[in-house]
Amino acid sequence: MNSLYYQKRLSRNIGDKFFTSLSVICALIAILPLIFLVTYILYKGGSQITPELFTLEPNPPGDDLDAGGINPALIGTLIITTIASIIAIPVGVGGGIYLAEYSKGGAFSRFIRFGVNVLAGVPSIIAGVFIYALIVSTKILFGSMYSGLAGGMALSILMLPTVIKTTDEGLKLVPNELRYASLGVGASMYTTILKVTLPSAFRSIATGVVLGIARAAGETAPLIFTALFSYYYIVGIEDLFYEMGSLAVLIYNFALEPYDAQNKLAWAASFILVLSILSVNIFSRILAAFTEKTKRV
Amino acid sequence: MEEKLTLFKNRKRFGIEKNIDIIFKNTALVLSSFVAIILLGIILVVFFQSFESFSRYGLKFLITSEWNPVKDEYGAFTAIYGTLVTSFLSLLITIPLGVGTAIFITEDFAPKVFREIIGSFVELLAAIPSVVLGLWAIFVMEPFFRAFFVFLHNFFGWIPLFSTEPTGRNSLLAILILVVMLLPIVTSIARDSLNQVPKKLRNAAYGIGASRWKTIFSVILPAALSGIMAGILLALGRAMGETMAVTMIIGNSNAFSWSLLSPGYTISSMLANQFGEADGSQVSSLFYAAFVLMILSLVVNIFAQWLVKKFSLKY
Repeated sequence: MNSLYYQKRLSRNIGDKFFTSLSVICALIAILPLIFLVTYILYKGGSQITPELFTLEPNPPGDDLDAGGINPALIGTLIITTIASIIAIPVGVGGGIYLAEYSKGGAFSRFIRFGVNVLAGVPSIIAGVFIYALIVSTKILFGSMYSGLAGGMALSILMLPTVIKTTDEGLKLVPNELRYASLGVGASMYTTILKVTLPSAFRSIATGVVLGIARAAGETAPLIFTALFSYYYIVGIEDLFYEMGSLAVLIYNFALEPYDAQNKLAWAASFILVLSILSVNIFSRILAAFTEKTKRV
Repeated sequence: MEEKLTLFKNRKRFGIEKNIDIIFKNTALVLSSFVAIILLGIILVVFFQSFESFSRYGLKFLITSEWNPVKDEYGAFTAIYGTLVTSFLSLLITIPLGVGTAIFITEDFAPKVFREIIGSFVELLAAIPSVVLGLWAIFVMEPFFRAFFVFLHNFFGWIPLFSTEPTGRNSLLAILILVVMLLPIVTSIARDSLNQVPKKLRNAAYGIGASRWKTIFSVILPAALSGIMAGILLALGRAMGETMAVTMIIGNSNAFSWSLLSPGYTISSMLANQFGEADGSQVSSLFYAAFVLMILSLVVNIFAQWLVKKFSLKY
């Protein structure tokens, strides 16, 4: 009779309790560093934020008590990420269109999809090494060596797989009926793609691309020997061909300085970087959840 | 359906529209082959740049740990050993934590909202740039663990792994920061593959009287194993290539030591440290090291893809 009731002392029930608590502990250990990390960055970096931070150049490390601001690095990150997007988005979206719309699952498209996955797994520093060998050491870009342009190219290599993948997957989710309808009323293939399938996959592609850009903005390894670093304001278009600072490299350089003022600047830059990346992530997540609920097709 | 589509595509068209269509298709084709060109370009460029060092040191480069620009003697054993040790040990810590967290998220231990919040929190951790993690590791983690390392050395100093006096940055800290970086990868992939296991399997197991954890261990985990394994391999590839956080906290020393409490080196941190100022045959040797790193991560990645294809769920 008793066997119909839950018995606490049975070994299977004790074992279940044990493993359940173990997995709760795992989840706690996984999430604690994040809470600790984010609050610490927001607290430590947020307390360094001043208006001058956004307008001044950083002072060269030394005994100065005043470290200056991060204006050149902030602008540099924007420029380098823009260059990377200008290269990676057309190439990636175009490649994704080919994979999803034209290829028929043959050897070529399988090879490209495989290549996309492999490229996504290439360590980011290798992208920097590659651009160094190809562009920096050969001075192929009008004789300039380290430059913001080279840094943008290195970042575009990292963005490319993400953009292709999201385009490919976004387009594959578009129902075939839409294509039949468009082709059926006499539209050509490119009109169908540009006017029908791309617009209906726009949101999912845009979300993926924005997330890719956010990730690239925080990448440091490809920049440390392509764009290098600069302490000076970016004033004109010709600055693209010279060393260019970025928030990520500023954090790296100034974290390793023995001076407190520079360390504080690194924290401030981290605050700005993490805040913008996290808000982009959270925003696109909310957008994606919203799209899922109101899906029309 | 497929024939219908080709029928439409092959319909006769006239003049300019036909040409635009062809140009559009070929542009897309060229753009998609960029991926292959870049990938092959990376492999070829890194290989040819390392050729000088490769022909001079051969495979001896992999097993000697002399790195002396003055005498022009190069061997990357310390860095290769450091890369493998930090990535494997960090993975060893990450796997139980990550899979445990994934189980917590996919089972109904806690209210759904709460589990979803934890899930997206862990994923957000993946978005934090590694250079910021490195900064955090230098100023928060290192002081936090200092006393613990001294304790480790005092009580377990007889084990070679803990045999050196801890002084600031060391390999163990690099392993710990790697755990923080790998957790989101392993957790989110394990969660996805656990979610894909059909409900039928669970119901069948419960139906014949298996307890919850008996079901998890004997039915659900085995069914999700290929996905989890692929996630683990991806994380391994990431760990081997990870540069910034590791460079900032590992101490960057080429002196070989078995101890995790002494400063170490990984291939990527060696590249980050020396590439900017290197010249002559040092550059070539650095390219050789980069080539080794690339081969390591390529092998892991390709193996992961093969695994997914070979053992993907067939329900």
